Amino acid sequence: MKLSINGNTVEVPDNIRTVSELLQHFKLEQKVAVVERNREILEKKDHPTTEVRDGDVFEIVHFVGGG
Amino acid sequence: MNDRYSRQELFAPIGKEGQRRLGERHVLIIGAGALGTGNAEILVRAGVGKVTIVDRDYVDWSNLQRQQLYTEEDAIQRMPKAAVAAERLKKINSSIEIEAKIMDVTPVEIESLTEGIDLMIDASDNFDIRMIMNDISQKKQIPWIYGAVLGSYGISYAIIPGKTPCLSCLLETIPIGGATCDTVGVIAPAVQMVVTLQTAEALKWLTGNEEAMSGRLTSFDLWKNEYASIRVDKLKKEDCPSCGVRAQYPFLSASNLSRTAVLCGRDTVQIRPPKPQSLDLDALGESLSSLGLKVERNPYLLAFQPDHRRLVAFRDGRVLVHGTKDTAEARSLYHRYFG
Repeated sequence: MKLSINGNTVEVPDNIRTVSELLQHFKLEQKVAVVERNREILEKKDHPTTEVRDGDVFEIVHFVGGG
Repeated sequence: MNDRYSRQELFAPIGKEGQRRLGERHVLIIGAGALGTGNAEILVRAGVGKVTIVDRDYVDWSNLQRQQLYTEEDAIQRMPKAAVAAERLKKINSSIEIEAKIMDVTPVEIESLTEGIDLMIDASDNFDIRMIMNDISQKKQIPWIYGAVLGSYGISYAIIPGKTPCLSCLLETIPIGGATCDTVGVIAPAVQMVVTLQTAEALKWLTGNEEAMSGRLTSFDLWKNEYASIRVDKLKKEDCPSCGVRAQYPFLSASNLSRTAVLCGRDTVQIRPPKPQSLDLDALGESLSSLGLKVERNPYLLAFQPDHRRLVAFRDGRVLVHGTKDTAEARSLYHRYFG
């Protein structure tokens, strides 16, 4: 399916069903990430239950520490 | 009176009034690495009344690719970053006050460092210090601007007590391990982009243009050509231990104070003395020389190399043990030479 992520159109496997699985796909599951789906910000506890659908628009910001 | 600030005053949202306000503000920059030198240069040129820059480290060759205030000579001399940065900044703008602090920042130091501060800039490289900044920000109602960079990726967010969520609200848990240590390198344009995001928000706050602030958690990846920006107001938590209704500022409690710290991605352990002290570097140098050790000195620190390790002692009693991540080994070397 096609998603818009951080302004770019991205093709991801159809077996990705939840936001948690999407974060795993991008290897972000170990990091602290803030996710917005279709302009709606998600609580971290909702990542495992929020569905990902074709055409969804995501903004994903993950935290890093360097300076 | 010269026209040093004329172009900034011509910029309508700042104007002469904004410039005057800027000249009355005191900014604390924590860290004098890549983000610290970038932020400091912009704010000093802009005419912030007083800038205090704090750092615990000295200049190394690996810094020169992106830490814009330092030269080869500073790396050769192993000059403390805060001292060199302040010296350069004074040459850039002699009409404002610039203060250097060569020290580690713990819950103890942060209390006095934030006296009279209007804004803190995060230019640190770890979440231990950021959580301390976050708590003191809430306790004393001082805004701070988080910034971090890794590889070609960067992130920034301005935290205003009483208005925005704090860093604890956003993180919920502290990121640990690989996500924070700069083992994957970093490119200078990513640093500069974070500096840009931080200083733009800083200028808005300091010139009385709060309504222009972005209010967004912003990230980018210059290599993947991505940009993300999220309004995070809804993540503010009533029960947050740092900014909630019953805030306890957990990271300001002295029980979190550790005497040893492994420096991020540096193969280095820092050991702090049991209580604040002033180390007599001349006497130490003489006694180490009498043991047959080759001692290198500058006015701020002393370096020597026992057992294929390099030890660097600062005047405030801190010692960096290079070449190991093993805190037990580092402590044992420390006790051998510093008692």
